[in-house]
Amino acid sequence: MMPFRAFACIPAGIGALTRLPVFLSRSLSVGLLLVLPQSILAQGWDMREGVTDISQRIQTLHHISLFICLAVGIVVFGAMFYTIIAHRRSVHPEPANFHESTKVEVIWTLIPTLILIGMAVPATITLRDIEDNSDADVTVLITGSQWKWHYQYVDAGIGFYSNMSTPTEQINNEQEKGEHYLLEVDNPLVIPSGLKVRFLTSSDDVIHSWWVPDFAVKQDAIPGFINEAWTLVDVPGIYRGQCTELCGMNHAYMPVVVEVVPAEEFNTWIEDQRVAMELAGEAAVAARSRDWSMEELMPIGEAVYLQHCATCHQPDGSGQGITYPAQAGSLIATGPVDVHIDRVLNGVVDTEMQAWAPQLSDLDIAAVITYERNAFGNDMGDLVQPLTIYNSR
Amino acid sequence: MIAHADTIPPARHPLIAWILRWILTTNHKEIGTLYLCLSFAMFIVGGAMAMVFRLELAQPGLQYVGADFYNQMVTLHGLVMVFGAVMPAFVGLANWMVPLMIGAPDMALPRLNNFSFWILPFAFFMLLSSLFMQGGAPNFGWTLYAPLSTTYGPPSTDYLIFGVHLMGISSILGAINIIVTIFNLRAPGMTLMKMPLFVWTWLITAFLLIMVMPVLAGAVTMMLTDRHFGTSFFSAAGGGDPVMFQHVFWFFGHPEVYIMILPGFGVASQIIPTFARKKLFGYHSMVYATASIAILSFVVWGHHMFTTGMPLVAELFFMYMTMLIAVPTGVKVFNWVATMWRGSMTYETPMLFALGFVVMFTIGGFSGLMLAIAPADFQYHDTFFVVAHLHYVLYPGAIFAMMAAVYYWLPKWTGNMYNERLGKIHFWSAVFGLNLTFFPMHFTGLGGMPRRIVDYALPYADLNMVSSVGAGILGLTQFLFLYIVVDAIRGGTGKATGQVWDGAEGLEWTLPSPAPLHSFHKPPQVD
Amino acid sequence: MSDSHDTNGTPRYYVPHSSIWPIVGSIALFITAFGAATFIQQSTDKVLTATGTSGEIIFYVGLAAIAFMMIGWFGAVIKESLQGLVSGLMDQSYRQAMMWFIVSEVMFFAAFFGALFYARLISVPWLAGAGDKLETHLFLWPDFAETWPLFMTPGGTATEAMAAWGLPFINTVILVTSSVTVTFAHWALKKNQRGALQAWLGLTVALGIIFLILQGVEYVHAYSDLGLNLSAGIYGSTFFMLTGFHGAHVTLGATMLAVMLIRIFRGHFTPENHFAFEAASWYWHFVDVVWLFLFTFVYWF
Ligand code: HEA
Ligand code: HEA
Ligand code: HEC
Ligand code: CUA
Ligand SMILES: [Cu+2]
Repeated sequence: MMPFRAFACIPAGIGALTRLPVFLSRSLSVGLLLVLPQSILAQGWDMREGVTDISQRIQTLHHISLFICLAVGIVVFGAMFYTIIAHRRSVHPEPANFHESTKVEVIWTLIPTLILIGMAVPATITLRDIEDNSDADVTVLITGSQWKWHYQYVDAGIGFYSNMSTPTEQINNEQEKGEHYLLEVDNPLVIPSGLKVRFLTSSDDVIHSWWVPDFAVKQDAIPGFINEAWTLVDVPGIYRGQCTELCGMNHAYMPVVVEVVPAEEFNTWIEDQRVAMELAGEAAVAARSRDWSMEELMPIGEAVYLQHCATCHQPDGSGQGITYPAQAGSLIATGPVDVHIDRVLNGVVDTEMQAWAPQLSDLDIAAVITYERNAFGNDMGDLVQPLTIYNSR
Repeated sequence: MIAHADTIPPARHPLIAWILRWILTTNHKEIGTLYLCLSFAMFIVGGAMAMVFRLELAQPGLQYVGADFYNQMVTLHGLVMVFGAVMPAFVGLANWMVPLMIGAPDMALPRLNNFSFWILPFAFFMLLSSLFMQGGAPNFGWTLYAPLSTTYGPPSTDYLIFGVHLMGISSILGAINIIVTIFNLRAPGMTLMKMPLFVWTWLITAFLLIMVMPVLAGAVTMMLTDRHFGTSFFSAAGGGDPVMFQHVFWFFGHPEVYIMILPGFGVASQIIPTFARKKLFGYHSMVYATASIAILSFVVWGHHMFTTGMPLVAELFFMYMTMLIAVPTGVKVFNWVATMWRGSMTYETPMLFALGFVVMFTIGGFSGLMLAIAPADFQYHDTFFVVAHLHYVLYPGAIFAMMAAVYYWLPKWTGNMYNERLGKIHFWSAVFGLNLTFFPMHFTGLGGMPRRIVDYALPYADLNMVSSVGAGILGLTQFLFLYIVVDAIRGGTGKATGQVWDGAEGLEWTLPSPAPLHSFHKPPQVD
Repeated sequence: MSDSHDTNGTPRYYVPHSSIWPIVGSIALFITAFGAATFIQQSTDKVLTATGTSGEIIFYVGLAAIAFMMIGWFGAVIKESLQGLVSGLMDQSYRQAMMWFIVSEVMFFAAFFGALFYARLISVPWLAGAGDKLETHLFLWPDFAETWPLFMTPGGTATEAMAAWGLPFINTVILVTSSVTVTFAHWALKKNQRGALQAWLGLTVALGIIFLILQGVEYVHAYSDLGLNLSAGIYGSTFFMLTGFHGAHVTLGATMLAVMLIRIFRGHFTPENHFAFEAASWYWHFVDVVWLFLFTFVYWF
């Protein structure tokens, strides 16, 4: 297997050890036989090779440092276990009494230093290349928020949100877990293969971290700042990762899915998105130009609620403690309708309640508000029309 | 005796008298015992929390606890283990042993000593009471990153902040006391370069504490004002930066991890020579290495922040400095091996724990070194690989060192020998349990499992189950340890001699076992 | 027993048998901390569920308990000192302890200075697009320009800067002078000139109080005329946190010196034996040095 090139050096290392007493090398190789093949054979137990030049170089760095540590470990632990066995009192009753030697101190200061310098050189070169964000062909602005990613294609002017699509039934063990349990989203990020793509990461609320192991891109998304990272993927495919900075309750449920497609396909995809945006615009015009009935709005509202609101406010509107207020009987959901609209459109500053205006259509917001006012025993009986939302934006 | 304003007359009722004795004591041995008891209690509390989330992590999906409660458990586990279990354990050890090892009658500032201790139970009461508050306990990780802890933190965060202030006061006062004791109360003839290594490591640790605990206090104070008084230290809109919190925190945090390990180095440096029946190899270079580690620890904090978008030069600087720490640490490891070399060794329980410490701490050090390689850290960061690293340096590192110390000095403290056979069983079952728990975490991490998640993707399921089983075993070994200690206090396997271990050297062994409440009123002469 | 006693017969080392004050202090600290957390929650709008005044009351009870503990504890130590129980060795211990305590205080200020320098050298320039943070500027804060003092935050809060050469400069002169006068007081004490000692120390305390009053005037000016307050962005945050904590330390230092003055009026201290006085004056010098850094980096440059 390719990723384990570095282990090829191990037999040589073992050979060198034969100068030590025989039982020592024998016990060591038994140890190696037990531990190493296990980790080599088991799939996915090593750092991923990934699909970019950088990810492969990082994996090599990982193997180099791992191998150095193994080698140093074999020497140090070898010496240690040798003395543990050979110099136990029953066989070695008279202790020696040397206890100082500047020479050896200098030697075992210098050798590790040299080894470390040897490790630092490739690390430095790789790091320099990782940080070289120049000359990108495509730029994507990635904004994290609790708990979804917002992808914006800076040049093409399109953008969308990406939410985890694993059903709650799977999480609650009421349904068989799917193959990509927790690592699947509704709208994956799409990028072209063979081109340098630059990721700008930022956040709307707390710190998140955008990670795709196969690209070896992990960049914190920090509110108020933009960090940069880049990748260049040659192999089209679907790559999965996760948010890796603790960002609150649903930190575990904030996957990253990236679809790498050939450049031409990417361009048509961008075009499709543009068209879809236009269509959505037209649909919005159509939606606000007529009145909707309760029977039409409630099912839409329920779907929106379950998809977007239920993680915090719970499917039955009961909320969670004081942090996430209940919608059932909420003063807002049973109070003046414009306050309710304002909460949902603009959110509440500095809380997890985010502004939904940029994320949902007029129709969706109208529907979810209508739903909240009539579900969970709120029974307000009132209707909110898309046009009202359009005008309140 | 002269009557003093602050001693109150002895109580009549024996129980009250007993309680008052422990509350009012100024004796370093009694205060040391108090610290050790508190630390073990906190260890169990923090460990019980680990049991909760290990149970949840045993299988994918949500089984027992919700996501928010999971985060609360992880946060409190980290805080309780670091501030409640490891730090007080070593302070307790210092209290017991430093005066005995340097031939001092007591700590230099006995009342302050009592104060440092008694602040702690209140601080932890405050921290743990947050579990019962509205909105739940702090849930943003022991690293308290802003703005999750400021703008979005639950109300109980304020109690955490003031709790941390109390712990800080306690640590600073304790550290001052230890430094002053070491500088001032050494027996005649005990020059600095004749001090036992444990004393040296504590001197340096105390210095680190004084340097960094106030910085932590500053960090949480800024959190408090950002939360309530409108300051914008950690908010870009006001010109601050959330990452600034991380800089301030890790300026404290990295020296803090050496605060948790240096006394452990000291313990190993006492025990290994005793059971090798040979003097510590390279005493001087051990001292210099410890000092180098401490100094370097101030300039490596950025290695926790490689992915935060630091400039390239900063990343390189922190990477080089971090790697450099392997050199003095290596010197220590090599010196321990050289101490053993051609000694005449026996393997009583303290020695077993000390050797386990050296081996497994080194494994943790190796993974630390791997983490230090900045490009690779982009892949390791915030995965279970980091969790594996930190537990290898902390459990078989700090905790093993502590347990080695307890077995080593228990006969001196109690006057009785502990049960050697049970001690060995304890050692081997702990080694088995902890490797079963933490070794697989390297692989879950490399495979891509982020830390601090309540639920995970299917490929990590098997290894997590292994970890959880291991954690259960490891949890059970704690009760064996408790039993052995209680048994030793109640008589154990017989009376210990003053010397206890035939190869032991140092002033503490010149005292009878158990060490009398007041020792070295007349300072011994050291040559 | 020659080894365990100083030549003059003072025990070399005296361990108080047991003491009530540490536990009183621990409880007092706990009450204060618990009260402070509750008080803050009840008096700011962050936590809507917390109302009432219990926190405030608990907090003040805690402070009173701390004061009680301090009086009791220091009273006990003073009594021991007057009884001649404090040996040269213990005097040394007290001195070193005080020195390390001041080191820890220095590090506390270092945290806030660190924040100041981070803001000035890193975060504010970054928000304005320095280094590799150009996109931060372009996408998030296109209107923001780098200045220090930060007249306009990225979020759009405006403030004016506190001028260095008005009150702050006068305060600098006052504090430096007070450092000199406390030294004169020390010299007078060493020469056993009690009258001069009282005068110089009295003057020092007075200067400290004047400093605090002027600082108060400056704060009022900042709040009412300059729009400079805690919420005025990172400039206001660092300004008030640094000067505020400094002010708190001046208050503490002045209180310590005032206590010394009272003790001097009661005839305490000898030319040879006056550690408490020295500790208080060290603390005062420390407060003074911190101010010099403050004046330089907060007000001047
Ligand atoms: C006792 C505590 C302790 C100790 C001693 C250490 C020691 C070290 N640590 Fe660790 N560390 C932690 C506790 C500790 N750490 C904790 C708690 C965290 C996580 C915090 C959090 O995020 O929650 C952490 C995280 C952490 C990170 C951040 C990871 C991340 O979040 O991405 C890094 C990165 O560099 C790191 C590095 C190191 C290094 C290089 C050492 C070195 O000191 C190790 C040196 C030792 C050796 C190397 C072994 C012996 C040496 C030899 C035998 C010599 C020869 C060897 C060679 C030349 C190879 N640690
Ligand atoms: C010295 C420090 C220390 C110690 C000793 C431990 C000990 C243990 N730790 Fe912990 N750990 C940390 C410090 C420590 N940890 C830190 C700093 C973090 C990071 C926190 C963060 O991310 O913010 C962490 C995080 C951490 C995680 C990662 C969580 C996550 O990221 O999602 C895990 C996961 O398995 C874990 C497990 C364990 C286990 C199984 C033990 C075991 O060794 C515990 C052994 C068990 C016992 C000691 C308990 C015995 C008790 C019982 C069996 C129950 C009895 C019950 C009652 C009395 C009611 N720890
Ligand atoms: C990430 C968590 C989260 C999500 C998702 C979320 N909310 Fe909220 N919501 C909150 C929080 C937190 C508050 C309380 C804000 C405060 O402190 O006033 C809140 C408050 C509200 C309120 C005011 C209720 C009251 O009684 O104060 C309404 C109405 C509301 N949300 C509707 C919605 C709707 C509709 C959606 C989905 C489209 C939604 N929320 C999604 C977290 C969330
Ligand atoms: Cu977003 Cu974790
Ligand atoms: Cu570190």
